[in-house]
Amino acid sequence: MKLIKFLSSLLLSVFALQAVAQEAPDALAKRVMNEVLEIVRTDKSIQSGDQKRIFELVDAKVLPHFDFRHMTALAMGREWRNASAEQKEAMTAEFKILLVRSYSNALAQYKNQTIDFKPIRMQAADSDVIVRTEVKQAGTKPVSIDYQMEKLAEGWKVYDVMVAGVSLVTNYRETFAQEIKAGGIDGLIKSLKTKNAQAEVVKK
Amino acid sequence: MSPRSLLSLCLLVLLALSGCASTSGHPDDPWEGMNRKVQTFNDNLDDYAAKPVAEVYRASVPLPTRTNVSNFFGNLEDVWIGVNNLLQGKPRDGLTDLSRFAVNSTIGIIGFFDVATELGLEKHDEDFGQTLGRWGVPSGPYLVLPLVGPSSVRDAGGFVVDKLANYPDYFIESVPMRNAGYVTKFVDTRTRLLGAESVLEDAALDKYNYLRGFYLQRRKSQIYDGRPPREDDDYR
Repeated sequence: MKLIKFLSSLLLSVFALQAVAQEAPDALAKRVMNEVLEIVRTDKSIQSGDQKRIFELVDAKVLPHFDFRHMTALAMGREWRNASAEQKEAMTAEFKILLVRSYSNALAQYKNQTIDFKPIRMQAADSDVIVRTEVKQAGTKPVSIDYQMEKLAEGWKVYDVMVAGVSLVTNYRETFAQEIKAGGIDGLIKSLKTKNAQAEVVKK
Repeated sequence: MSPRSLLSLCLLVLLALSGCASTSGHPDDPWEGMNRKVQTFNDNLDDYAAKPVAEVYRASVPLPTRTNVSNFFGNLEDVWIGVNNLLQGKPRDGLTDLSRFAVNSTIGIIGFFDVATELGLEKHDEDFGQTLGRWGVPSGPYLVLPLVGPSSVRDAGGFVVDKLANYPDYFIESVPMRNAGYVTKFVDTRTRLLGAESVLEDAALDKYNYLRGFYLQRRKSQIYDGRPPREDDDYR
């Protein structure tokens, strides 16, 4: 009896894992978004502006679906190739902190907007798609937020977010290039660290 | 501010700018030094006047009323949005905009309620700068306008035409009423952007650079109605 129970639960978890791996990108985005917004709507400490709680939520629910290494490469452009393995590592870590903070801050502004998912156009063999959404608010034009996603072994991952048609990742390219010109890649890493440390102080 | 004084202000700024030497840097931003100064001016104005006023407005006027105000101004703009869609060779969108105006001005009680959206007539985002872009006019150098913010030589010209086309002189004769309208519209716009500035401060290493990149990319996207050609830029 015990063995059967064990076997069936094992089987169930295998199925569950498979379901996650096969989940279509738009379905995945929709599920994660709905879960997160539901929490933002109902959680009392988030409602009263608790930044730490929002951070935790983003960390648990959203981050696993982002490919920060790819994002960092995209933001650095051709300079990515000139970076050493350690520099790539450090850049990704700092840029991740910056992006997560911005995302959490934007999420904290969420009030009563509704999010529409646009029908996705993709073939079964596609490994790179854009999931298009529109944030609607009474009295104003809807703002588009699009997620560019790539199929990896672990499932679909977001590597670019475009707000109103602007890539929030490549928008850093000019600033990064300027920093690299002034102080090399290490200079850029240092600037990011300073920026992140400043924001940390402000929050406390 | 009336469109005429706005026009002369823009021309003045352009004249002042043409005196500035080009510095090394962004190819679309030869007047960076001047632009940064104007942005600082705008930021200060925002910190000490526009933002506090918007915060008071948000705190004291209930959301439904604020929505009515936004709808009212949005409705007036729909006609010009429609004209721009027609000028860009998109008669279907243009007719939608004009129908929106007809529906919202009547059933929506002079535009206070956006009934048209409920009926499935979607609001569009057009202006004369976009129309010029669609016609192939290049954006020209990046330009930060006093009070208005990020723009370009083309879009500043477009902006002046937009203001002239939406000129309330045509139907509001009382000067105080007209000025009250301008102020209310400005406050309404700023109120809807509350919160955006803190996200910006958080995200940007260099706010000026970030805004410029955002503006230039956004205009490109708007001109192509949200589907600009994507550049191949994978360097991994």
